[in-house]
Amino acid sequence: MKEIRIHARAGQGAITTASLLGYAYFLKGMYPYAFPSFGAARMGAPMNAFVRVDSKPVRLRSQIYEPNYLLIVDHTIMRGFNCFSGLQEDGVAIINAKEGAIEVPKIKAKQKAYLVPANEIALKHIGRPLGNTAMLGAFCAATKELNLEDLNAAIKHRFDLKLQEVNIKAAKEGFDYVRSISM
Amino acid sequence: MFGPLVCKPGSSRNNKTGPWRTELRPKFLKKECIACNMCLVVCPEACISGQGKNNYDFDPDFCKGCGNCAAVCPKKDIEMVKEDSA
Amino acid sequence: MKELLEGSLAVAEIVRLCKPGVISAYPITPQTHIVEELAQIVANGKLNAQFVNVESEHSAASTVLGSVACGVRSYTATSSQGLFLMAEVLYNIAGMRLPVIMTTAARAISAPINIWNDHQDVVSLRDSGWIQFHAEDIQEAVDLHLIAYRLGEDKSIMLPVMVCIDGFILTHGLETVNMPSQEEVDKFLPSYKAPYKLDVTNPLTLGPLVDPEFYTEARFALNETHKEALALIPKITVEFSKVFGRNYNGLIEGYQMKDAERVIVAMGSVCGTVKDVVDELRKKGKKVGLLKITSLRPFPASYIYEALKNIPKVAVIDRALSLGSFAPLAAEIKAVFFGRPKMPKTISSFVVGLGGRDITRESIKEIFRLLTGKEKQGEFIDLKPELLKESYE
Repeated sequence: MKEIRIHARAGQGAITTASLLGYAYFLKGMYPYAFPSFGAARMGAPMNAFVRVDSKPVRLRSQIYEPNYLLIVDHTIMRGFNCFSGLQEDGVAIINAKEGAIEVPKIKAKQKAYLVPANEIALKHIGRPLGNTAMLGAFCAATKELNLEDLNAAIKHRFDLKLQEVNIKAAKEGFDYVRSISM
Repeated sequence: MFGPLVCKPGSSRNNKTGPWRTELRPKFLKKECIACNMCLVVCPEACISGQGKNNYDFDPDFCKGCGNCAAVCPKKDIEMVKEDSA
Repeated sequence: MKELLEGSLAVAEIVRLCKPGVISAYPITPQTHIVEELAQIVANGKLNAQFVNVESEHSAASTVLGSVACGVRSYTATSSQGLFLMAEVLYNIAGMRLPVIMTTAARAISAPINIWNDHQDVVSLRDSGWIQFHAEDIQEAVDLHLIAYRLGEDKSIMLPVMVCIDGFILTHGLETVNMPSQEEVDKFLPSYKAPYKLDVTNPLTLGPLVDPEFYTEARFALNETHKEALALIPKITVEFSKVFGRNYNGLIEGYQMKDAERVIVAMGSVCGTVKDVVDELRKKGKKVGLLKITSLRPFPASYIYEALKNIPKVAVIDRALSLGSFAPLAAEIKAVFFGRPKMPKTISSFVVGLGGRDITRESIKEIFRLLTGKEKQGEFIDLKPELLKESYE
């Protein structure tokens, strides 16, 4: 079983991210359970979305406290929250931030953290600072959980034609970005 | 299992309200009646029937003796009288 | 066909396949996605139904009361305070023997206001005369709607059915669901033919004033019908598995009960977490199990008796309270055993997960741990005593 925790603000598309991720796993024949956790029910409030995935149906209904992977869609949340809380010893974190823009949190020896300028990538391709698909592309490269084709299929399922193309481009750039810095 | 659930129409006919009358009953004098139909309309038991002048009467099986018909009659052609009077 | 669906959308889709003629609902978190999707489905012409927009839950319930009274299959959904605003009408729907089917996205109740999941809303309505099913996962939520229509509309039953699904956890979670085809649904669920209905050419009165001469019999019959439903539900679920290939008994489900020494009794989505913990503890040689209650009403007392009579230690999880008394499910589970020849040595009662307080593996392990000791009465798990020191002075 793999557990993924997404940190974002309400309105930044964290639920879409979770369902895209879930759908990509679903297409591989896995059993995802993707679910949100709302705080104050208004835009801008910090919130979490989760994906728990296994080769058999997931029954565990609690939130995720010890994730294998972290997606931090908005790095400003790290000011008030310990987003890295409970991250597995060999866990991987993807943070939406430009290199040098933030101080990379201290992590354990086997943990990995990747800074991805997902907002910049999204602005370039989509025209709005919604870095979710770029983050997911980076996730594919960093974790090797999914390949880009799985993600693209999920994007095609989710978005209509116009948005498919730009999101697939954003995902590819996120993917390539992490591959270039991890080599 | 179904208990008393639905009522078919017309069940009020089984519920004779005549014994509700205490001392008075209406008496249709049939002299000044202009067939205005008011008594028929106000009767809460719908037990007054008739057509044409001086031709209305009530059904004692259902009349509760409320006196609405006597009160509404514009010609005072209905009187409330003692139950055992003629 | 297997799909990855949000619980709300899966419920909306199965309702579409059941082809109701009237849908009326008022949006309330966390039920909203269900009725939004159904409104869209009707607007897009994918379901030939009237979606009646109303100004409150009281009106929504009244609308479906009226439409089923006219012989049309109907649907509504609500949650929490909305369910309470419906309450007056819900008792009437049951008493008038009208098979309305409703989804309830189980949620905490005010005050303090809280939109997250527990069972206080639905459990409060347990005496309304509605049949009440609790779903563990999205697949079961989908399947219980089919079973609900089939059961409620059975000519011998004619009762409304409430399918309770845990708010957010199931309504807003995405899971792999096997959605049936229209052909399969049609095979299992015939169209609704009301044995009595409002019809101007053949008039009758539903829900008239009934004096003491008749009232007792009307309520007695309602109560007897719940017993009849208890016998019918397992027969319907056998037919269900023939068409859809999934097995339920519709009343209770045992998990690792055979040689179990400690068993948790629970309802709803928490059963999944309990199953995971049971597997984990079984690997360590601990003899633990789960008894899931699917049907809270009718209450399957004799089934529960058979399942638990030889279990030494039982814990009942309530996600609800009966303020000023025993936790509601625990009280009923205990009532099953009074005056019977066999019973567990202890039946402990735990209150967990109110207003969305997360129920973790640790919470469940704690309950299993506490079962080794003395019997507990309405013990709160994961309570934060430090918050109780706050004062208004």
